[in-house]
Amino acid sequence: MGKTISEKILSEHSGEDLKSGDVAVCDVDFCFGQDGTSSIIIDSFKSLGVKFPFDKSKFSMIIDHSAPSPNLGVSAIHKKMRSFAKTFDVGLYDIGCGVCHQLVPQKGHITCGDLVLGADSHTCTYGAINVFSTGVGSTDLAITVASGKNWFRVPETIKIIVNGKLPRGVYSKDVILHIIKDMGANGATYKAVEFYGNAIAGLSVDARFTISNMAVEMGAKAGLMEADNKVLKWVLGRSRNIPKPVKADIDARYAEVRKYDIASLAPKVAKPHSVDNVADVGELADVKIDLAYVGTCTNGRLEDLEIAARILKGKAIHPDVKFIIAPASREIYLEAARKGLVEIFIKAGSSVVGPGCGPCVGTHNGVLADGEVAISTANRNFKGRMGNPNSFIYLASPATVTASAIKGRIADPREFKKRL
Amino acid sequence: MLHFARRLKVQDNVNTDYVISGRYKFKIQDPKELARHIFEDIDPNFAARVTKGDILVAGENFGCGSSREQAPQALIQAGFHAVVAKSFARIFYRNAFNLGLLLVECNTDFIDDGDELEVDIETGKLKNKGKGLILDIKPIPPVMKKLLADGGVVEHFRKHGGFDFG
Repeated sequence: MGKTISEKILSEHSGEDLKSGDVAVCDVDFCFGQDGTSSIIIDSFKSLGVKFPFDKSKFSMIIDHSAPSPNLGVSAIHKKMRSFAKTFDVGLYDIGCGVCHQLVPQKGHITCGDLVLGADSHTCTYGAINVFSTGVGSTDLAITVASGKNWFRVPETIKIIVNGKLPRGVYSKDVILHIIKDMGANGATYKAVEFYGNAIAGLSVDARFTISNMAVEMGAKAGLMEADNKVLKWVLGRSRNIPKPVKADIDARYAEVRKYDIASLAPKVAKPHSVDNVADVGELADVKIDLAYVGTCTNGRLEDLEIAARILKGKAIHPDVKFIIAPASREIYLEAARKGLVEIFIKAGSSVVGPGCGPCVGTHNGVLADGEVAISTANRNFKGRMGNPNSFIYLASPATVTASAIKGRIADPREFKKRL
Repeated sequence: MLHFARRLKVQDNVNTDYVISGRYKFKIQDPKELARHIFEDIDPNFAARVTKGDILVAGENFGCGSSREQAPQALIQAGFHAVVAKSFARIFYRNAFNLGLLLVECNTDFIDDGDELEVDIETGKLKNKGKGLILDIKPIPPVMKKLLADGGVVEHFRKHGGFDFG
């Protein structure tokens, strides 16, 4: 019987011949925590009775969720992370470096075929570059820091085939929102997803990250794609590790196969307060917005900023709207500045904040007031997510968010047809 | 100890942001302080109604979303003996057993707030004593039983010098 990508990567890292449902202890290639999870990682690590990290080159901490610190409590956590990093000589990406899910692949820590753990639920992002990566809690992560290993239950896999040419104004964000609506927030719980089809093959690596990033929003453990030439080029340009691309066997066994044709897909928007509550943008044209946000581990990459800038160039943001932009990393920020994108954003009246998670998790950089409405390129719109349970969050592509920032209401980016 | 059901108003897809909001988890390191704010965004008076030994009752996909371990940590600190739900999200599932919090999967439609419950993971039954009902629970995987028996993953790791599921 053939194997799925998950079965192959987990077998390779355990030295056992595994199939879905098996439990095994595996060697982990890289692991990390962020500033919402690292405090407990440090406490748990100290409680394990181990003197040093198993391999200090295989662990890093990233200060991104509340960076720079907005209050004393967060400052204490950041200080604790810096001190631990210094004591044990492990990697630390401090404020201004960027979002963990941009930095881990961009800085070359991982390559195709790797097994990666992150103390952050969106660690599934690197499935786009053929990495089995998944989120765990802080104590699980601390055990991997201490031992280089963790235990895994090999997941069953759902195969998702996406075919068709993306219409103008429709992006990978719209595709994944469409799939999540169909699957539901619980549709892939405990399972891995493998994405295939000519629509996926046609996407850039940046756009593919958006899809894998949101696999967890349907409960998936991993959102895997094959490594084609685009992926290999992307990875080889950033990592010195030798890629070990993993393909599923032709006779691999899948829990389910689903097919989507996206040739006539409209831009999608997830409505409050759940990610699977998705509508076509046209159904929401009367929703006024107070805040628009382009950024995050889902859509803060250079390509996303370019899409926003093309729509925004020479235009002004609606007077009732605050538009916040957070590049996903320092390098992206710098490139956006070099290309003149930052100037376009600033001239239009937006706030370009430091690289990091921005207002996504509600601790800083634009907390909503009671009754306010936001449209964001993030991956979660749970009640209270952006800091206020009495506010409302819609999720969409960078194009839809930017069009909405100009119009002051949820707007179809195809209203700016010539700029798409 | 007697165990009473504490049923959430919202049943399905209760995410870890709802268990403990990012507003608190990013700045508060003391689990006792976090426990005072559980479910604040969806049921502001909930935390005050919890007493030690209670069993939290929810629907499908409990604990979805963020990987924050502060979620099970705050539930333990609030005094919960266990969580009973129709299903759990995977990161929360691992985190809870890692910290020694028992999770039980079964049909929760016949459990009301305040019902007296008794869980027996060996026989795989949940007794709703108030209603005289006995419900089947989904078998707990051997790995999770081992972690529970050892008092959580840290104790398991220390005791065996690594993982030992043999």
